[in-house]
Amino acid sequence: MIVRLLGEGQFRVDDSLLARLNELDAQVEQAVEAGDERALWSGLQALAETVRENGEKLADEDLLPSDAIIPPEDLSLDEARELLQDEGFIPDVPVGS
Amino acid sequence: MPGLMSRLSLIFKAKFSKALDRAENPNETLDYSYEEQLRQLQNVKRGIADVTTAKKRLELQYTSMQQQVDKLDGQARQALAASREDLAREALTRKAAVQAQLDGIMQQGQQLEAQQQKLIEGERTLQSKVEAFRTQKEVIKAQYSAAEAQVRIGEAATGIGEQMADVGLAVQRAKDKTEQMQARANAIDELTTSGALTDLTSSGDDIDRQLAQLSQGSQVDDELAKMKAELGTGGAPVPKQLEGEEAT
Repeated sequence: MIVRLLGEGQFRVDDSLLARLNELDAQVEQAVEAGDERALWSGLQALAETVRENGEKLADEDLLPSDAIIPPEDLSLDEARELLQDEGFIPDVPVGS
Repeated sequence: MPGLMSRLSLIFKAKFSKALDRAENPNETLDYSYEEQLRQLQNVKRGIADVTTAKKRLELQYTSMQQQVDKLDGQARQALAASREDLAREALTRKAAVQAQLDGIMQQGQQLEAQQQKLIEGERTLQSKVEAFRTQKEVIKAQYSAAEAQVRIGEAATGIGEQMADVGLAVQRAKDKTEQMQARANAIDELTTSGALTDLTSSGDDIDRQLAQLSQGSQVDDELAKMKAELGTGGAPVPKQLEGEEAT
């Protein structure tokens, strides 16, 4: 499967990694609920590192869509809440099709 | 409620599947899509240029803030030399307030620097993808049936759209960061120019004036000392003559 680290690029990782990523994703969500920014950052960092270590970066020319998208490592609590609450976090960019 | 990763993936999918539903005539879609990508690429470039400009402006402001800190430090020393500990304390209090804002700006500046670097890389990737799309769309037009082309277009456009949204988000975050830094810089301006610290003491404006007087006073002293020194060499014959007259 293909995973995008926002602000960094896309990686191809083995499907078997999904369970681990979901686990870390749940930790990140808990951190947001607890209002714990440090835990949020360490969770996001763990997600990104897992992808970097186990994945292979896609070439710039690849036009494949991602199966999972991971927020930037320095996401603030406010941004994380915005992300969980509505769609305003991602700017509206026309895809053009 | 799903986690951030899942939520983000859903948001992206929702955005792009809407776009794909509209695709009807593959060839037209491809050309329109490419033109749109070029337009968006220009927007991204403009966004990055804006961030760079804002960052430069903040760097200039940062220098003048550093001067404010140095000035307050100097005033505190002068006040202490003149045995005005109260004034020295006030100057140092202001210095601490400015320094705190300055440290915050410094930290945000470092984050902005890292974001800017990623922006430039993201823009380069986007450029490569748009270029790859241009080549691929001709291949799709020439080699695939309408139905197959539809699927291929869907993937390619989603891939590009994702990169576009990724860089777009990075531009937005960097802009937000410069705005936060600007707000801190403005807070310092207020601290140092409008006497916003008057609440700290009952006579803040008076303290401003006294600090200024002290500074002017010491400037006058300095100049006086300089003049005395000049007269000491230039006007030397006069006192000697006087001494001579007294001696005779």
